[in-house]
Amino acid sequence: MRPYTTCTGTGVPLLQANLDTDVIMPKQFLKGIDRQGLARGLFYDLRYDASGVEQADFVLNQPEYRNASFLVVGPNFGCGSSREHAVWGLLQYGIRALIGTGFASIFRDNCFNNGLLPIALPADLHARIATLCARPPRNLLTVDLVSQTVTLSDHSRLPFRIDDMYRENLLHGRDAIAATLRYSAEIAAFEDRHWNRSPWLKPGT
Amino acid sequence: MNPRPDPAPTTPRTIYDKIVDAHTVRRIDERHLLLYVDRHILNEYTSPQAFSGLREHNRRVHRPASTLAIVDHVNPTAAQRVRAIADPQAAAQVDYVERNCQDFGIELIGLLDSRQGIEHVVCPEQGLVSPGMVIACGDSHTTTYGAFGALGFGIGTSDVEHVLATQTVVYERLRNMRVRFDGTLPPGVTAKDLVMTVIRAIGVAGATGFAVEFAGSATDRLDVAGRMTLCNMIVEAGARGAVMAPDARVCDYLKDRPKAPRGALWSQATAAWANLRSDAGAVFERDLAFDVAAVAPLVTWGTSPDQAVGITDSVPDPAAEPDPARRASIVRALAYMGLEPGTPMRSVAIDRAFIGSCTNGRLEDLRAAAGIVAGRKVAPHVRAMVVPGSSQVRREAEQEGLDRIFVAAGFEWRQSGCSMCLAMNGDVLGAGERCASSTNRNFEGRQGRAGRTHLMSPAMVAAAAVAGHLVDVRDLAREVP
Repeated sequence: MRPYTTCTGTGVPLLQANLDTDVIMPKQFLKGIDRQGLARGLFYDLRYDASGVEQADFVLNQPEYRNASFLVVGPNFGCGSSREHAVWGLLQYGIRALIGTGFASIFRDNCFNNGLLPIALPADLHARIATLCARPPRNLLTVDLVSQTVTLSDHSRLPFRIDDMYRENLLHGRDAIAATLRYSAEIAAFEDRHWNRSPWLKPGT
Repeated sequence: MNPRPDPAPTTPRTIYDKIVDAHTVRRIDERHLLLYVDRHILNEYTSPQAFSGLREHNRRVHRPASTLAIVDHVNPTAAQRVRAIADPQAAAQVDYVERNCQDFGIELIGLLDSRQGIEHVVCPEQGLVSPGMVIACGDSHTTTYGAFGALGFGIGTSDVEHVLATQTVVYERLRNMRVRFDGTLPPGVTAKDLVMTVIRAIGVAGATGFAVEFAGSATDRLDVAGRMTLCNMIVEAGARGAVMAPDARVCDYLKDRPKAPRGALWSQATAAWANLRSDAGAVFERDLAFDVAAVAPLVTWGTSPDQAVGITDSVPDPAAEPDPARRASIVRALAYMGLEPGTPMRSVAIDRAFIGSCTNGRLEDLRAAAGIVAGRKVAPHVRAMVVPGSSQVRREAEQEGLDRIFVAAGFEWRQSGCSMCLAMNGDVLGAGERCASSTNRNFEGRQGRAGRTHLMSPAMVAAAAVAGHLVDVRDLAREVP
């Protein structure tokens, strides 16, 4: 994963509550064996009509909101299916952070594992950003993971907090599996204790 | 939210905390721990990129014997089962999981295996699930295993790769919530109605950050299939884990299953399982209680699993909702669903009926549906399908003659798989089609673009199929066909 420090771009309000991963990445885009081609699938049924033509009224299709870097989202964004394709699609489309009030739990893990920042803010700060983003071109934002701030076009800076471990991983572009493999000996020792204590849990017994 | 510290060893602990403590390899920091995974279940659609990641880094699978792969999401469910899949992308996923299992030494339950079915139906059936286990799977409905007192949870593909390589996940301890069901379950009311009642009460993020323990006298009286329905669908309230104290019914269910412990290990295991309960005085940060006598069969009217009402109620009026965000959600959902406020749910006509899924595709579910269907006919304008949760469920149902009941009534009797629950396999709703469905998600487009899903129990689906519209199963149950 490439390191994540700071990113400047436009924010798009997409405030519908409980936007689920089926809507973020519909079923027909889940059948690959790689991660390719998912930008097209992102919000497919909202972006395109049944014949594949862009729906002009959907926010991401509006000229002032094209090339967005951030989505300002409603509560419980990413609920439902565990499909990581939703996160891959957001990144491939160009989204680098989601600004919301709270995220569904599997989706949040998937975001961190791929370098998409799920920023959870108190309702008042979230509302401020949402209001600004509804008024392009005032929707220019800078998200800085080093200082953990969002800078708005009125130059105000709002603080956010990202979990320390994930923040470190993202800042350094760390491989989570490599980090855990450092504990291989401990894992093996744990297995011995665990299967000694509960031998029926050992596979193949 | 602040991290939850580990409970002190001397304090009363919940089942959930006992399982987490017993699987903690090490603390990583004040928020995260490294959690050992006893069993890892794979499917063909969320595992391919994980295996490719292992291949790119030349990594091996840490414990192939702790891993089981099952083909279930993309396969067709046509009555005649063949290995060939017409959809080239689905075929490629099935080919790739076969190759990965071969190369990495992992057991595969493939398409033609006599055990094939939906992972969360197959794993209990095979006795792979034991009380006290931690089970991870790239599928959100892995919470199902809480019915056995096992901690199951869904993970994304990056974490599938992490578990393959290390047999662990980086884990944040959840908070404890208890949901008690007491009283006597009225006729026509099922475990599906109970879990939908909880979801409606607390909302689709109501259990986010929590593990839910189901308890109470009505919970204890549920059969194991009903318990699986509860634990399976509580993920729709955001719960990343569910648990129940394992009892004699769980032991009876597991005994002599192919992958269950045997002989001396069985005795040792069951003795340990008997102690797997929350201690008296263990703290639940949220504690909810429901009198099941007051629960009616529920149906969803909207596009979120918490948008549900009793079958005798009507479509809600957004004008009556004071909260503007919630009002907007209702307006949007009603537009998508093509419903007018105030319409009695019982007058809503359906085009399709679907019985199946990891929530309600077990033998007990099929029996309940067949009990309603017997001697009746599916309404002429309705296309109705039964998709057994597994090949074994299908065989057992056929031994009982349930297939003949469904077919005589006009249902399609199909092969097992996830089918139209998520519609990535050819079983799809057409635009505007309205479906009574025994599944778990009524999201926009879930069962097909512009398809309209009403969630309910299998018996309620069966009743709707016969009536041609949503209907109170209790009314049909009273009539002799």
